[in-house]
Amino acid sequence: MARLDLETVATRTRDQELQEGDRAATKMSTSGGLRPATEPSPGISFGEPLFVLRDLSFWYGNKPALADVTMAFPVNRVTALIGPSGCGKSTLLRCLNRMNELIPGVRLTGEVTYHSQDIYASDIDPVEVRRRIGMVFQKPNPFPKSIYDNVAFGARVNGYRGDMDELVERSLKQAALFDEVKDDLRKSGLALSGGQQQRLCIARALAVGPDVILMDEPCSALDPFATLKIEDLIRELVEDFTIIIVTHNMQQAARVSDFTAFMLAGEDGAGRLIEYGPTEKVFTNPEEQRTEDYITGRFG
Amino acid sequence: MAAPVIILRATGRVARRQALSRGSRWVLLAASLVGVGVLAYLAYDTIDTGASRLTWDFLTSYPSRFAERAGLRSSIIGTVWVLGATIVLALPVAIGTAIWIEEFAPKNPLLTVVKLNLANLAGVPSIIYGILGLAVFVRFASLGPSILAGALTLAAMIIPMTVIAAQEAIRQVPQSLRDGSLALGATHWQTVRHHVLPQALPGIMTGIILAVSRAAGETAALIMLGAFTFIAWDNTNLFEDFTTVPIQIYNWTVRPRQQGFQVNASAAIIVLMAAVLTLNLIAAVIRERFRHE
Repeated sequence: MARLDLETVATRTRDQELQEGDRAATKMSTSGGLRPATEPSPGISFGEPLFVLRDLSFWYGNKPALADVTMAFPVNRVTALIGPSGCGKSTLLRCLNRMNELIPGVRLTGEVTYHSQDIYASDIDPVEVRRRIGMVFQKPNPFPKSIYDNVAFGARVNGYRGDMDELVERSLKQAALFDEVKDDLRKSGLALSGGQQQRLCIARALAVGPDVILMDEPCSALDPFATLKIEDLIRELVEDFTIIIVTHNMQQAARVSDFTAFMLAGEDGAGRLIEYGPTEKVFTNPEEQRTEDYITGRFG
Repeated sequence: MAAPVIILRATGRVARRQALSRGSRWVLLAASLVGVGVLAYLAYDTIDTGASRLTWDFLTSYPSRFAERAGLRSSIIGTVWVLGATIVLALPVAIGTAIWIEEFAPKNPLLTVVKLNLANLAGVPSIIYGILGLAVFVRFASLGPSILAGALTLAAMIIPMTVIAAQEAIRQVPQSLRDGSLALGATHWQTVRHHVLPQALPGIMTGIILAVSRAAGETAALIMLGAFTFIAWDNTNLFEDFTTVPIQIYNWTVRPRQQGFQVNASAAIIVLMAAVLTLNLIAAVIRERFRHE
């Protein structure tokens, strides 16, 4: 059923997209107040967006974490979310694959569409959402199983019927890990180094067949060399996948991303989108003083 | 302009604090020795008294009014039946409850009440379970003082503590593991089945073995049921009367000293201790195997 829906979506006309983009833009400008002057789709046109957020707000209990975020994420591009700790960038990322709702007492308003489908609509199953949207976490979290089983698990639970050996090999190759582990796929995933573990987690996500990978500070627990490898991998993967990455490391955002979104928490603690645009522009010629202050290290 | 003199030998307050620290070590050691010492003496005394009676005949003979001919046959068989039935009855309920509470139950005040009650039930004296078993299983359900009634009573007794131990083990499984699984599109149950349970298994096993050991040594609750009988045949089904090793030990212990049954009791205690130790050993082996997988 869901696959059929996605196909329908793919045949939508350009007009519809434009109208939708306009609507999002209008919504933004009418909400007024402390609103950033960003368009949901930054600077240049990037075709049909993969995700569109409209007035997304999020609460942990009574504590606001995100306020009125409206933005769109382009297909086959790396988009970086940057900002100081507590600005809601990880929360935003976790809203995109409904991982946030695993925490009790959370609340979400606004809309998140993926391939133009509202993923928070009442008839949407979070399991269907998550199997299409891969995620890599801050701390490498391979399962305490063999390398092979780590990669095969997602495919197995999703009822993959093809050649599992082939899928495991292909996924490990895509994650640039195969050559390092091909001699012993039965070895525990926990026996790998931190950087290898993180690439194993990427391979594991790829094996399920997503078209987007969400990365939540994937290098924060890694040394510079392992970080470089992951960054190279991100640039390779973006040929076939859409990547959204949360990072504390501004050099990393500058190195790997095509677009950068800068977020900042307001006095109420809720994260807001301050500026969003092509990475080069955000880093060299930001529109907002606060973006410039952050990027030049004046705070945060 | 002379360099300041820094004294690094312990003086004053530091000397006092260090003396207290050294003293605490001896106090703690003494506390440990008291416990271990008493236990060691009891074990020595028991083995010293009972070892002579510990023969193959002792294990394979039915009870008798002559101490030298009496043996543990029917009580060992009864123990195996009761424990086996208890495990079958208690474990699915206990582990299922623990999984439900930790993984699926909505976090509301009712759940808090349930958790609190479980903790209280785990602390209820076993004789109370015996009274419950007598009223509900023996009388109301008309099971009589049968193996099934005994197993149901022991199951009721060990379920709370097994649930608590399993809950603890499930809570120890890092959330990042669940996140990793769910993010791949696994359902909640698949995540529990493939990641949470295997990780929690060593801890759950420990809880199970402790609970089963307690059931194996339980006497009061079973005597309350009326399982204090002379059994001179082998149990073959769940609806028969039975006796167990601890009941037999109690039975022998209360006899007049001159008849020599105290020696039998000591020998039976050695058998029971060996059985419980073996259970613990098996648990340790299983635990290690899972930990290294």
